[in-house]
Amino acid sequence: MQQPFTPEVIAEHGLTPSEYDRIVELLERHPTIVELGIFSVMWSEHCSYKSSRVHLKRLPTTGECVVQGPGENAGIVDIGEGYTVAFKIESHNHPSFIEPFQGAATGVGGILRDIFTMGARPIAAMNSLHFGDIDSQGTRRVADGVVRGIGHYGNCFGVPTIGGEVHFSDRYEKNPLVNAFALGIMKRDQIFLGKAEGVGNPVIYVGAKTGRDGIHGATMASAEFDDEALEKRPTVQVGDPFLEKLLLEACLEAMRSGAVVGIQDMGAAGLTCSTCEMGFRGGTGVEIELDLVPQRETGMTPYEIMLSESQERMLLVASHGRAREVIEIFHKWELDAVVVGRVTDDGKMRVLEHGEVVAEIPNVFLTDEAPVYHRPLARPEGEVVLELLHDALDVDAEGALLELLASPNIASKEWVYDQYDHMVRTNTVVLPGSDAAVLRVKETRKALAMTLDSNARYCEIDPRLGVMHAVAEAARNLSVTGARPLAVTNCMNFASPERPETMWQFSETIDGMSEACRAFDTPVTGGNVSFYNETDGRGIFPTPVIGMVGLIDDPKHVTTQWFAKEGHAVVLIGDETPALGGSEYLATVRGVLTGPLPGLDLDREKAVQEAVRTAITDELIVSAHDCSDGGIAVALAECCFSSYRLPAVGATVDLDFGLDAITTLFGEAPSRVIASAPVGAVAKIAEICRRIGVPCRQVGIVGGDRLRIDVRGATSVDVRVADLESAWRSRIAAAMAVGR
Amino acid sequence: MKFGVVVFPGSNCDHDAYHVISKVIGQPVDFIWHRDSNLDGFDCIVLPGGFSYGDYLRTGAIASMSPVMRSVVGFANHGGIVIGICNGFQILCESGLLPGALLRNASLAFACRHVNLRVERTDTVYTRDYERGQVLSIPIAHGDGNYFCDDETLARLEGEGQVLFRYVDSKGDPTPESNPNGSRNNIAGIVNDRGNVLGMMPHPERASEEALGSADGRGVFTSLAAALAELAKAS
Repeated sequence: MQQPFTPEVIAEHGLTPSEYDRIVELLERHPTIVELGIFSVMWSEHCSYKSSRVHLKRLPTTGECVVQGPGENAGIVDIGEGYTVAFKIESHNHPSFIEPFQGAATGVGGILRDIFTMGARPIAAMNSLHFGDIDSQGTRRVADGVVRGIGHYGNCFGVPTIGGEVHFSDRYEKNPLVNAFALGIMKRDQIFLGKAEGVGNPVIYVGAKTGRDGIHGATMASAEFDDEALEKRPTVQVGDPFLEKLLLEACLEAMRSGAVVGIQDMGAAGLTCSTCEMGFRGGTGVEIELDLVPQRETGMTPYEIMLSESQERMLLVASHGRAREVIEIFHKWELDAVVVGRVTDDGKMRVLEHGEVVAEIPNVFLTDEAPVYHRPLARPEGEVVLELLHDALDVDAEGALLELLASPNIASKEWVYDQYDHMVRTNTVVLPGSDAAVLRVKETRKALAMTLDSNARYCEIDPRLGVMHAVAEAARNLSVTGARPLAVTNCMNFASPERPETMWQFSETIDGMSEACRAFDTPVTGGNVSFYNETDGRGIFPTPVIGMVGLIDDPKHVTTQWFAKEGHAVVLIGDETPALGGSEYLATVRGVLTGPLPGLDLDREKAVQEAVRTAITDELIVSAHDCSDGGIAVALAECCFSSYRLPAVGATVDLDFGLDAITTLFGEAPSRVIASAPVGAVAKIAEICRRIGVPCRQVGIVGGDRLRIDVRGATSVDVRVADLESAWRSRIAAAMAVGR
Repeated sequence: MKFGVVVFPGSNCDHDAYHVISKVIGQPVDFIWHRDSNLDGFDCIVLPGGFSYGDYLRTGAIASMSPVMRSVVGFANHGGIVIGICNGFQILCESGLLPGALLRNASLAFACRHVNLRVERTDTVYTRDYERGQVLSIPIAHGDGNYFCDDETLARLEGEGQVLFRYVDSKGDPTPESNPNGSRNNIAGIVNDRGNVLGMMPHPERASEEALGSADGRGVFTSLAAALAELAKAS
């Protein structure tokens, strides 16, 4: 048979000539146009992980608490008392640049569906956002749209958006990162999987009607951008959080009825992906008739129906004879629910239109047989070395502290989280702004802590060590809250995998993440890889984002970062030597990105965290704060600031690390925690630290309305806390208000 | 004596209100589906927060046309006690049980944060457990909470003492800075002229337990429970 497609058509589908040849070899014939579309999305980087799979295998994915590891819609861990939590993070970077509001909104919608398709009710959302230079007009457009979009979807759906992170750097100017995280809770014996089981069982389409929106979204997300990116707006879907809320309630009700065998959301690659993946996981086939699919527009072709990424849709398999029951539940919630096909025994996805086969592909060709690339790796040329050191130290410490607190990476993110409903469902025990978000779990006696952390600047300098720092910081953020880290979900944001340098960074990141996650016994239960984050040939920083979840056995031990009372002792737990390499200080005050990074001793880090958790559960520590971006001076200032129901308070601190003032104040190091405690408790905290083998000493006292820091006997900083706080609190809102 | 929490498609504070009524103040409560029109057996109807019917068209507009709201209007007109929180307040205005309207926040952005409210009257079924002038810390979470009415209505609301809660600073003064959404006269909550229908934008159900940082909102529910118990005894 003659080749039915021109090389241009194949290229437009994001397939290489050799990939097309492989399709022909597998099928033993040329594909139909519908099949070409199906292969195009299923073999896209976004769906197939073809460049990352060989590396992802090295991650630790099992552990005592893990109920479901990677491969399903979300990972699941056990939290005791018969309950489990499902959580996952996913990127929606490309759509959020093209159409920030809808791109971010549908990112939230997608991750929420991933959670409730497992049978879990979503109880928390977070997001990790990376934008360009805050003072550029482009960033304002993107940041404003993204934040409104996230708020719109999450607020209306009724899930609290309780935390996350926001970073700014010109490297994200035309390639912002929007990573959405969600977590849901369910009973251990009520978990649903995306499997089509039971030959002959009805396959039911539920939720929104299918339209022409989002066609080829997955392929778009697997290519770099250029000036024409904004013309791709029609590939971005439009979200309807109201419909998703109905879908949630209906799905959970249907699941409770016992009539649901398996269920999967239609996310990237829509009906195509859910059909073949459910069949593949169930070891079965799925046959569907497109005439039965609810459609929003007339005249849609099979190609369009199969590739549509219309939102708020699910595919489910019901038990034999119980389809009517399931459909009635969806009708109660005023949603479409239609039997569109059945489970077969031949391991194929078969698509019919008017009874005629328009696509017939063995599931395995679209899943396990998808291409796997061992792409070349190459360490980038040129070492990033520490320079300008002497010049960098010749700075007024007070001015530098004010500048750092007002740097958008450190400044208060209130402008962002004020727009998110972070309290709905009345579980939010720690409001946004402390080290980790904390939710009580009404179903149990426990509380959950969660955090998203990345450190892209570190990863640019040294991806392996950089990501280890990010994992350590995530665990530290949980530990200072009083939580024991349980497990991780990751979102790997990188430039084009076709560059050997990017693949080297990716590979190094996986190795660093594996080593750190093993050390903390926090397996990776799932996540997402986003490549091709580059525009006009310039890539982003390698940006692995760590989402970590931890457990607090008794909610009364939940701890926040803020100094609570005059006269309390300020205690520094851990004594790693700080260094300026890669620091926020060098980036913000000096405008340079240089290494080497501070070292990380994982055993020391674990010991510090154990000491802090022990002192918290022994009820000795009143506040605890991770010492990270901006060094100890920034951490101390943050401890002094006001928070809900706690007024601002000053502190007098005396530091001597045997270093100059600037490195002492703004140098960064892991494994350090600032705690406060009644003076009478300091000896007991020191005793715990001695037992665990961690250095600890009182460095100051809480009180007054000024933050005074002496370095080796000389006063370096002596400023009113109110002045520091106002610099820190106003920066982002002021930048976003420009031009209004 | 029983509370009823109405569930519209898109309600999302329904479970929170239910939780506070059942678990925190220990009173009988049931959900009422939006298609039900039978309110027999209920003594207080709660219209919870959320985005009823997606809040398409205008906030609360579609919900005001639902079968349950026809019954709620009748219930209120016969003296039944009704409380609408956030979206519930918007629905009460749309259905004509309360005067005025809730416009887009002056900032044009959604706002979620704790605010200070001053209790203006304590001789109502909603506020008897507070003290006059007491300042409460209760969160708001809305995009359309900017209370608006014409001058005549405003004069009547103020003159008849129908303003029950006002946004204030920590000292209890209704300053422009303490007004989170641009509401006229810093109005956060009003009652109808009979005093049996309350609409408020802040969420007392989110501030009813110390574990959540504030229990200042619990008084709304304990006041209602006490008032309902008295009414039950009297009848």
